[in-house]
Amino acid sequence: MSLRSPLARARGLGAAHNGTHHWWIQRLNSVALAPLMLWLAYSLMSLATADHATASAWLRGPINAILMLALVATLYHHMQLGLQVVIEDYVHSHARKFVAQILVKYGTALLAIGAAFAVLKVAFS
Amino acid sequence: MGTRSRPLSPHLMIYRFEWTMLLSITHRITGVGLAVGGVLLFWWLMALAIGPAYFSIVQAILAHWIGRLMLLGWTWAMFYHLCNGIRHLCWDAGWGFEINTARNTGLLVLVSSILLTLISWMAVYAMRGA
Repeated sequence: MSLRSPLARARGLGAAHNGTHHWWIQRLNSVALAPLMLWLAYSLMSLATADHATASAWLRGPINAILMLALVATLYHHMQLGLQVVIEDYVHSHARKFVAQILVKYGTALLAIGAAFAVLKVAFS
Repeated sequence: MGTRSRPLSPHLMIYRFEWTMLLSITHRITGVGLAVGGVLLFWWLMALAIGPAYFSIVQAILAHWIGRLMLLGWTWAMFYHLCNGIRHLCWDAGWGFEINTARNTGLLVLVSSILLTLISWMAVYAMRGA
């Protein structure tokens, strides 16, 4: 016998009110990231010996620039979600966990913004 | 409080070793390694935005044998995390939980990640001749 209300059972949420949010966002994110990473791997391999002119001409193409922006947004978000779980699992001191999570959030956001800025700077140059 | 001995959930060491365990922790290790690769991608894009002189330095570092060895590692980590990620998505859809299926898909992930790494590196060397 359950003491939970039918509505609470149907929603499947506990006291935190967001049981599956992190999990679901990470799934949505990975589904997008899989093809983007294959595209990135193929692109970087074809640019393996490229000089600056060749590589920037490649990134100036609108499809490449847009895909790179999509990849940057998805990748660094995925990185934050993944590192968050690793920290939750292995860092047990409350203070250290708190600081590490904030550093990961700010750090990945800065990486995403910096990478997007670089893409736009090259694309509009 | 806290000093009384309470029943504990069994620790990892209790279980008989299964190599699917090794695949599972490898997913996490490659994930952390790929996070470092994410910093590399940021650096490479920044170098491209900064200009030709700095970009050629970065490309030269990556083309050094140590750089190539690290890129080889990242290539494998990427393919492993990607293939095993698809395996995880299948589990999320409710498929592949049987012990034998999990073992077989694990082997498939391992073999395909190595093959994809070899094929892509051979393709780069064949096309670029570098």
